[in-house]
Amino acid sequence: MNDVSTYPLQSNLPLKIVIVGHVDHGKSSLIGRLFHDTGSLPEGKVEAIKAMCERRGMPFEYAFLMDALKAERDQGITIDVSHIHFRTAHREYVLIDAPGHREFIKNMVTGAAQADAAILVVDGRDGVQEQTRRHAYLLHLLGIQQVIVAINKMDLVDYGEARFQQVAVDVRDYLAGLGIDLQHTQIIPVSAREGDNIVEASKSMAWYEGDTLATALDDFQPPLAPLDLPLRFPIQDVYKFDERRILAGRIESGHLRRGDVLLFSPSGKTARVASIEAWNAKEPVLAVRAGQSIGITLDEQLFVERGDLASLLTNPPMLTNVFRGRLFWLGRHPLVPGNRYKMKLCNAEFPVEVEKIEKVIDVSDMGISTGDSVERNAVGEVVFRARRQIALDPFESNMVTGRFVLVEDYDIVGGGLISMDGYADQRAGQTVRATNIFRVEHRVPEEERWRHNGHRGGVLWMTGLSGAGKSTLAFSLEQYLFRKGYQVYVLDGDNIRHGLCSDLGFSPEDRVENIRRVGHAAALFARAGFLVLTAFISPYRSDRDRVRALAPEIFHEVHVDADLSTCEERDPKGLYAKARRGEIDDFTGVSAPYEPPVMAELRIDTTHNSVEESVAILSDYISKNFAITPH
Amino acid sequence: MDHLDVLESRTIYILREAFNRIDKLAMLWSLGKDSNAMVWMAKKAFFGYVPFPLIHIDTGKKFPEMYAFREHYAREWGLDLRVGDCPPVEEMDPTLPPAARSAARKTAGLRAMLDREGYDGVIAGIRRDEEGTRAKERVFSPRGQHNTWDFRDQPPEFWDQFKTDFAPGTHLRVHPILHWTEIDIWRYTQRENIPIVDLYFAKDGKRYRSLGDKDITFPVDSTASTFDEIITELKQTKIAERSGRAMDHESEDAFERLRADGYM
Repeated sequence: MNDVSTYPLQSNLPLKIVIVGHVDHGKSSLIGRLFHDTGSLPEGKVEAIKAMCERRGMPFEYAFLMDALKAERDQGITIDVSHIHFRTAHREYVLIDAPGHREFIKNMVTGAAQADAAILVVDGRDGVQEQTRRHAYLLHLLGIQQVIVAINKMDLVDYGEARFQQVAVDVRDYLAGLGIDLQHTQIIPVSAREGDNIVEASKSMAWYEGDTLATALDDFQPPLAPLDLPLRFPIQDVYKFDERRILAGRIESGHLRRGDVLLFSPSGKTARVASIEAWNAKEPVLAVRAGQSIGITLDEQLFVERGDLASLLTNPPMLTNVFRGRLFWLGRHPLVPGNRYKMKLCNAEFPVEVEKIEKVIDVSDMGISTGDSVERNAVGEVVFRARRQIALDPFESNMVTGRFVLVEDYDIVGGGLISMDGYADQRAGQTVRATNIFRVEHRVPEEERWRHNGHRGGVLWMTGLSGAGKSTLAFSLEQYLFRKGYQVYVLDGDNIRHGLCSDLGFSPEDRVENIRRVGHAAALFARAGFLVLTAFISPYRSDRDRVRALAPEIFHEVHVDADLSTCEERDPKGLYAKARRGEIDDFTGVSAPYEPPVMAELRIDTTHNSVEESVAILSDYISKNFAITPH
Repeated sequence: MDHLDVLESRTIYILREAFNRIDKLAMLWSLGKDSNAMVWMAKKAFFGYVPFPLIHIDTGKKFPEMYAFREHYAREWGLDLRVGDCPPVEEMDPTLPPAARSAARKTAGLRAMLDREGYDGVIAGIRRDEEGTRAKERVFSPRGQHNTWDFRDQPPEFWDQFKTDFAPGTHLRVHPILHWTEIDIWRYTQRENIPIVDLYFAKDGKRYRSLGDKDITFPVDSTASTFDEIITELKQTKIAERSGRAMDHESEDAFERLRADGYM
C-alpha cells in the first residue's frame, strides 16, 4: 500500500539563510568572507579586487566582493542580488539578501519570511544596538527559530574573551526575553576581515572551543513539513471542471488518507474522503501529507467553500470570534481601536475590528507601554473581534493556521501571530452532541402562566467584574420583588458551582461551559414563568450572546458597571489581592479579559450609585418591562 | 517529498491562488522549457484542465521547430491558444539598442493583446536565478496603468499571502516558478517526461540554452545532447543562461529598461 510512511522525509532543497544586523556591523563583509572561504567565488575574483584596492590606495574589504558581484551579475555569473547560492562541504545554501535602505522593514519581512534560518551579526565593539534588537524581534515574529549570532570584528577588540562574553550575555538576555529557546542559538566570536571562525577555527581565539560559522550552519535542520501535528487542510478552491467536485488546497500539517472523516470548520459539517485526485498519477493515491498541494472528493455533496478549514474529528482547530494578535505593522496609517481591516488567515478572508490595543512594544528596549495606537514599523499586542466564528490555532500549536495578515484598502499592512491566552475555544458551546431530540409542546400557553403570575417570565442577566455588586444587587432585588409577589429566583455562582457545575474550573473553556449551563437553566426557569436574576461575571461577549440567542425575546442584559479600581478596593472575597500576588490564574480584570456589553438593555453604575439607588433603578426597569398587572 | 515535489507544490499553490483571485486570467506560453513545465504544472493543479487561455506573443521570427511544437501541443494538451501579433520594429523606441528594440516588439504585442482582451492578470514563467532584475520580483507583481513595473516600491509578500486586492485598473503579473532554478527545471522536465523543443539538445557542437527570436538568439558551444548531459553541463558552467539573448547585454541597463516597461 502507498502508505505515508513510505514517503521520503527529508528534502534536499538548499537551506535558505538570511543575514541581518545593525548597519555597519559587517553583514556584507561576513557574506564576502563566507563565500571566499567556502570556495564559492569565481576564480581570480579576490585577486582582481585586491589589485583594484591597491591601485586606489585603499584597504581591501570583503564587502567589496559583494558589490563587485552585484555589478557583474548581468555579465556572466549566475549570481543575483536577492538570492545567492553557495555551498559548504556539507550542503547547499541560498543566501537571501535583505537590502537595507528605505522601506527596509517591508523588504526584510519579505526576505526573511522565506528563510529557514538566520545569522544575526553584532559588532563586538558596539554590542547590541537598536537594529540588532529590531531584527531579532522580527525574526522571532516571523517564526524563524534557528538563529546564529555572529559577534563580529573580534580583531578590533584584541580577540578578548571578556568582551565577547559581555556582548554574548546582552544578546542572550534580549533573546531570552523574546521567548527564544537559546539551546538552539549559537553565539560565535568571528572576524570577517581576518577570517576567524568563519570556516577555519580561529588561531587568535584559542579560548573559544565551539563551532565555526560554517559548522554551525551545517548543524541547522532543513525545513520539515509539520507531519506530527494534527491535520490542517485549508480549502483553497472548489473545482467542477467535469463530473468530479474537487476540493483543492495545500495540507499545512498532518496526514490525510482516503476514507478519513473530515470536519469542516467553522461550519461543523463532516464527510468522508471518497478519493484523492491527481492528474497523470500512475496509481490511485491513498494518502497525502503536509506540504502537498492536493485535491479530494467527498462521499456526500456538502457546501464547502474557500476559506473553510478541514481537520479530523479529533484535534480540530479552535473556533472563536475574538483573539489576540502579536503583530508587526507596516501600514502608512497607524492601527487604532475601532479600525476595521480585512484579515487573511490561510485561505480565509473576513472583516475584523480592532477591539483593544493591549500593549505597544518598543522593540529597541522591549519596553512595554499601553499606547492607543500602533505606528508604522512598530509591534503591538492587539485584540481583534470578527463578526463570525473563525477557525484557527494558537501560533504555539500550529505556525501556519496560527498567523494572519491584515489588508487595508488594497495593501497588506501587517502580519501577526495568534494567542488565545485568556480566551476560550468556543467550539464546545456550539457542538450539539445529541440529535433526534424533539421539543415538547406544552398545553399551558406561556401567556396563561404570565397572567397567573402577574408578570412575564424572563432573564435579567447581570454581568460585570468581580466586586461590581452583581450578587448584592441580585439578592436585594430578589427579596424586594418576592415581597411584591413576583415569582423570582437568583442563580449565582454559589448555587450553581456547587452542583450543576461542580465539575468545572476557571479555565476559559470551563467558563464557557459554565455560562452555557447557566444560560440553559435560566431559560428553563423563565419559560416556567419565573423572573430569573443571574449574577455571573460572564466575561465573554460571545457567551452572553449565545445565552441571549436561547430566548432572545425575554433576555435582558444588565451591565453592573464599576471600574476596576473600585472593585479592587472593595474586594469582598479577597480575590483581587490573591490574583495580584499571582495565587489565582485567569482572574478576570487582572489576568484574564472582561469584554463589556456593547448594547446592554440596562447599565447600572455602581461606582456612583448606592445599593438602594441601584435596586430602585432595577425595580423600575422590571415594572416597565415585566409587569402585566400593577403590583 | 523530495526537492522537486516541494517546488512543484508551491507552484501549484500559486497557480490555484491566481485562478481563484483574478477574474480574467491568462498564461503566457513562450514555447520554452520553463513555460512548458509551467503548463504541465497547471494541468496538475487543475486536474487535467488548463482553465484559462494560453497566450503566445508571436514576433513572427521564432524558429520553425517552435511553431511546429506550438501547433502540436496546443492540440494534444487541449489548450485555449491565443496568438498575439507584434507591431513592426520601426514603431519601437529608437533610443533602445538594436536587439532590445527588436525585443520590445514583444512587450508592445503583449500590451496590445492585454488591452484588447481585457485581462486582469497574466501568468509568466520567469525565474529568480535567470537575471538580476527578475531576482527582485514578487510572486504577485502589480503593474501600473501601462504595465510598468516599479521595482523600488513593491508590496510586502510573506507567508504565501499574496497581494490580491487592487485598485481598479491595476494589472497583475503572476510568477509561479520564480523560486525554481534552471537545473530544477531540467530535472523536473526529465522526471515528468515533459515534451520540449529539441533545439535545447546539442547538434554539431552547439545548443540553445534559451529560446527567443531567431535573429537575436544564439546557440552556445555544447555537446550536451541528453537531459543528464545538460544537467552535468549546467553544474559546471560559469556562463549565464541568457548569454545567448542579445538584448540582455547591449548596455548595462537595456534589459532593466525593457522590464520596467513591461517585458516579462
